[in-house]
Amino acid sequence: MDFWTRLYESLPEIAARNVWQDAYGKFYQAWFQDGRWLTYFQGLITTLQVTVIALCIGVVLGVLVAVIRTAHDQRRPGTWNPVLTVVDFVCKIYVTIIRGTPMMVQLMIMGFVVFKSSRNFTMVGALALGINSGAYVSEIIRGGLMSLDPGQSEAGRSLGLTYFDTMRFIVIPQAFKAILPALGNEFIVLLKDTSLISVIAGKEIVYFARAIITRTYEPMFPYLITAAMYLIMVLAFSWLQGKLERRLRESDRR
Amino acid sequence: MIDVENLTKSFGDHLVLDNITEHINPGEKVVVIGPSGSGKSTFLRCLNLLETPTSGKITFEGVEITDPKVKIDAVRQKMGMVFQHFNLFPNMTIQKNITLAPVRTGLMSQSKADAAATALLHRVGLEDKAGAYPNQLSGGQKQRIAIVRALAMKPKVMLFDEPTSALDPEMVGEVLDVMKELAHEGMTMVVVTHEMGFAREVGSRVLFMDGGHILEQNEPTEFFGNPRSDRLKSFLEKVL
Repeated sequence: MDFWTRLYESLPEIAARNVWQDAYGKFYQAWFQDGRWLTYFQGLITTLQVTVIALCIGVVLGVLVAVIRTAHDQRRPGTWNPVLTVVDFVCKIYVTIIRGTPMMVQLMIMGFVVFKSSRNFTMVGALALGINSGAYVSEIIRGGLMSLDPGQSEAGRSLGLTYFDTMRFIVIPQAFKAILPALGNEFIVLLKDTSLISVIAGKEIVYFARAIITRTYEPMFPYLITAAMYLIMVLAFSWLQGKLERRLRESDRR
Repeated sequence: MIDVENLTKSFGDHLVLDNITEHINPGEKVVVIGPSGSGKSTFLRCLNLLETPTSGKITFEGVEITDPKVKIDAVRQKMGMVFQHFNLFPNMTIQKNITLAPVRTGLMSQSKADAAATALLHRVGLEDKAGAYPNQLSGGQKQRIAIVRALAMKPKVMLFDEPTSALDPEMVGEVLDVMKELAHEGMTMVVVTHEMGFAREVGSRVLFMDGGHILEQNEPTEFFGNPRSDRLKSFLEKVL
């Protein structure tokens, strides 16, 4: 029997327990007892999986929508491409609906209506989050593409570079640097929004924290532990983002 | 070399170029002057289709470039352009700024382009800046690099859009020197500028534009010494 358990089992012998002894007892129940700490990490893995899947869906959708909408907005005046107009219209509807409805409602519609017979709650959750994230990412990317001085792509095109080469070597690298803080923000929101998939029975951290609470009737520590886990993940990510930003700023030195 | 026929350009209701017909011969140095909003920059930008003409026909070396079926990228490779605000790529070193287009368009291998870039940088006295980023350079240095970047494509004609307008007065000279040298080597040039001294010294022909028309043109001595239209007279009085 390890030290923490022995400490816990010595508690009932103390007749008048002080605040710290009490708190330790509750913490023990929320973390150590019956190997409960393992379930938090089980939830953590699901959270990371959902985040990665949703991020991939979000970035792909976001880039696609941003490129279509920018191409439509920046097309040569006087030209009219019916396919582009229709696709642009669909993209606008997508962004409007996603941004105009709450994330939780979207999740419940996906989980209980669209995929009501699916048992894979985690994947359904990841899909709903990815579709949601795509709308926001597309607006961030569109902002980045439009904020760039048009002289940059004019210079590229005037040298005889193709539209795609100009985008690839000139526009996108500069736009990416400009939108990185906003993109990081969106990633953090996405990471934290994974906690919502517990409403459709996705087995992430909050789901297990709730399960523990139903046993112990003590909500404080399970929720504090959950909060701490999210905070640590976000801190780690912010650190990575800072490193990347410093690397991209190399060309700014004077 | 460049044939412009009945070129008209309007932005919405605003008519910027009104039915311009002009011919530019190989080796000519055409200087375009005129007040702000006269359409001179738009005229220049139509020549390599950075602006799409509303109507009219532009032919470059026998190819009608206003034809929508023409591969415009291939045409632009032969027309260098220098912008008022330099438009160097801030995310790349000077070397990369110069070699990107020749390599990507298949004109040169990376090693040949690197050698060409070194030679071009040497020519404008900036060989020590190859590894620097554009933000580390002064305006005059940036514009000299921009000229060299365009030259790396070995263009047949160079278009200059107010190349010295955004520069400190001290730095105008170094950029004009590079342009003069280029002119003496026989490059065909179309230059939109407010530098009357340059027009007089280097231009083989000066065009005066106002209100979307070419009001007057002549060889420089006659143009500045003996202007015919009243509009040009009053313009020259103000700028000289």
